[in-house]
Amino acid sequence: MIYREAGDFKTSYRDDGQTFPIRLDRWSYYAALAVAFLVVPFFIDSYWANAVLVPFLIYAIAAIGLNILTGYAGQVSLGTGGFMAVGAYAVYKLMTAFPGVPIFVHILLAGLITAVVGMLFGLPSLRIKGFYLAVATLAAQFFLVWLFNKVPWFYNYSASGQITAPERTFLGWAVTGPATSASAKYLTCLVFAVALAWVARNLTRGTVGRKWMAIRDMDIAAEIIGVNPLSAKLSAFAVSSFFVGIAGALLFAVYLGAAEASEAFGINKSFLVLFMVIIGGLGSIFGSFAGAAFLVLLPVFLKNVLVARLGWPTDLAAHLELMIVGALIIFFLIVEPHGLARLWRLTKEKLRLWPFPH
Amino acid sequence: MKMKLATALTALLVAAPAMADLVVPNLSYRTGPYGANGTQYADGFNDYFTLLNERDGGIGGEKIQTPECETAYNTEKGVECYEATKGNGALVYNPLSTGITYQLIPKVSADKIVLYTPGYGRTSAKNGKVFEWVFNAPANYWDGASVAVKYLLDQSGGDLKGKKVALVYHNSAYGKEPIRTLQDLSKKHGFTLTELPIDPPGQEQKSQWLQIRRDKPDYVVMWGWGVMNQTAIQEAANIRFPMENFIGIWWSGSEVDVLPVGEAANGYKSLTFNGVGTDYPVYDDMKKFVIEPGKASQGGQFVGSALYSRGMYAAVVIAEAIKKAQELAGTPAINPTQLRDGFEALDITPDRLKEIGLPDFGPEIKMSCDNHGGSGMARLQQWDAAAKQWKLITEFTAPDQDVLNPLIAADSEAFAAEAGIKPRC
Repeated sequence: MIYREAGDFKTSYRDDGQTFPIRLDRWSYYAALAVAFLVVPFFIDSYWANAVLVPFLIYAIAAIGLNILTGYAGQVSLGTGGFMAVGAYAVYKLMTAFPGVPIFVHILLAGLITAVVGMLFGLPSLRIKGFYLAVATLAAQFFLVWLFNKVPWFYNYSASGQITAPERTFLGWAVTGPATSASAKYLTCLVFAVALAWVARNLTRGTVGRKWMAIRDMDIAAEIIGVNPLSAKLSAFAVSSFFVGIAGALLFAVYLGAAEASEAFGINKSFLVLFMVIIGGLGSIFGSFAGAAFLVLLPVFLKNVLVARLGWPTDLAAHLELMIVGALIIFFLIVEPHGLARLWRLTKEKLRLWPFPH
Repeated sequence: MKMKLATALTALLVAAPAMADLVVPNLSYRTGPYGANGTQYADGFNDYFTLLNERDGGIGGEKIQTPECETAYNTEKGVECYEATKGNGALVYNPLSTGITYQLIPKVSADKIVLYTPGYGRTSAKNGKVFEWVFNAPANYWDGASVAVKYLLDQSGGDLKGKKVALVYHNSAYGKEPIRTLQDLSKKHGFTLTELPIDPPGQEQKSQWLQIRRDKPDYVVMWGWGVMNQTAIQEAANIRFPMENFIGIWWSGSEVDVLPVGEAANGYKSLTFNGVGTDYPVYDDMKKFVIEPGKASQGGQFVGSALYSRGMYAAVVIAEAIKKAQELAGTPAINPTQLRDGFEALDITPDRLKEIGLPDFGPEIKMSCDNHGGSGMARLQQWDAAAKQWKLITEFTAPDQDVLNPLIAADSEAFAAEAGIKPRC
């Protein structure tokens, strides 16, 4: 009824293999993109941008990055916060050292620098697996945050160790700094999120992604059929860190405007992104967005309901918020251990048969 | 139906509607590792404005609203709170977090809203030529560091040569603030400075105190906050470090920091820039108008504590600035720009403090266009574990401005160059 598939024929392999094989899905995807790019920027205010949509898009990028590493290539990482810090400090050093270069170039370069750092810390994955690798990446997390606290060069010798994003423009529009309009912030993050999601989707269904998944499912078998574990694992670390680095650069430069390593990029951030991936669904691009939405939007939503609407004391609301989010995480993981993405897929399958299930 | 649901959800996601009155948002934190400290400060802040509303009908006939927003000392939640409250005609922010202050400095400058950070935040914001919208009177961290070193000089007969001072600090923007000043002061007075960072939130500091035990510094100075304070004082007691040689900044000197340590905390010292206890005339009114009618914030269980008093003091200064702004602007319904002028013309004399009912509660505050930090005077208090109260042990002492002024000029000029600000005044 809702999904009308009658007459939706595929006459080529290309058609059959596309990301959204069902016509209705495809159209809703294009419609969502059109609304996001052409409608929302004209109506967005700074609260919606700064408290809701910008953090959602940035965390979605980070979640896609971690999903590539953990969900597709099967390498558990607890170093996301540290890699985000690399992206943030890289973009800060680049912004202040080369003020004339467009900020988009700096953000991409920050991603590349993070990719190199990520590969370096990915080297242990060639020897160790599972929990042991998680501990090795945990070391990366603590080492990187310690480094950015310890070496004054990274924060340009400022008195307090804080980094502050100066104003940088793109085609005359401020993209970073306090004068940035809500729509500029939103559009910057949206462009990166959409482009990177597209890249991730196409990487994961091509040769590279199949190699990653082969390594994830059984590395010895993958090696026997000709997958090089060195290149597969390191490329997963590189691509994942590239995504996470861009998320860190955007988090610092566009969203927060100022940051310090231990507060903004601590171990909590690593866990937050890992939870997004687990709740959203391992090995799913849509799941990364769903997980980010769940953990970014839900607390803001609950806060506004409990404090602004019901007028409860702020501390009670904050405690309840933790309990409700925690309970929902447990609920979702019991009902559907494969995350929101799987839940969405099951719903869709039911809807395709509705109202005549068999 | 779907549309209705969508609009309802949208309405729930956005902030509360606009309000009339004068709005002073209270970005507080009552949860997390800093919640025990943040709660008391927020209560004091709320209660003083409640008192003004109940007793005087507000300031100049305008009621004050203090919509509260929980930040949990987290910068991302702080940004959310700022965005959620700024649309309601917010006049001034007091986030009680150096990290959030650093976030907000560029934002308030763009949105033209006052940021008042008494005793915390960015020290060089004292330079009003660069930081037009930020005020940090009565004292900042560098003042605190200097006053502490002055006190140590007094203690050791005017000479600190060859002495060892250890700085135990919260490894964040807040804790790192005093390092530059202490380094300069160590050169000037010839003491050696050991820096011992403690990663937030600070429950784990065994190794730092082991190092103190080994190095045997003559004095330990602490920049701590939240759960780090009580842990540090407990660790100091464990290694039997003499408490009278242990000095905390004003944020490391509240009852919640010393009470868990019990008897062993006796003699611990901390800086402060406000009085403590309920022996001030203002508490008669507070009792009559706020506490007894049951209007006190969260039941009024912390009235008179060190942090409650400091929260109240921040509210006093903001209220005085609003009053001044109303006089200057000739209207009771002021906007943030007029409030900035009020802050810059602020002059809280000892006589005025007496009128408010808080004699000798804080130092004199006199600000101007280029001085947004006041005099920087602070005093010391010492914990009496038997009586369970803080005792003031020195008078207000002025910091060593010869050392501080060049540092403030250098740091604020660096910021002005980085952010492209032209100095005003």
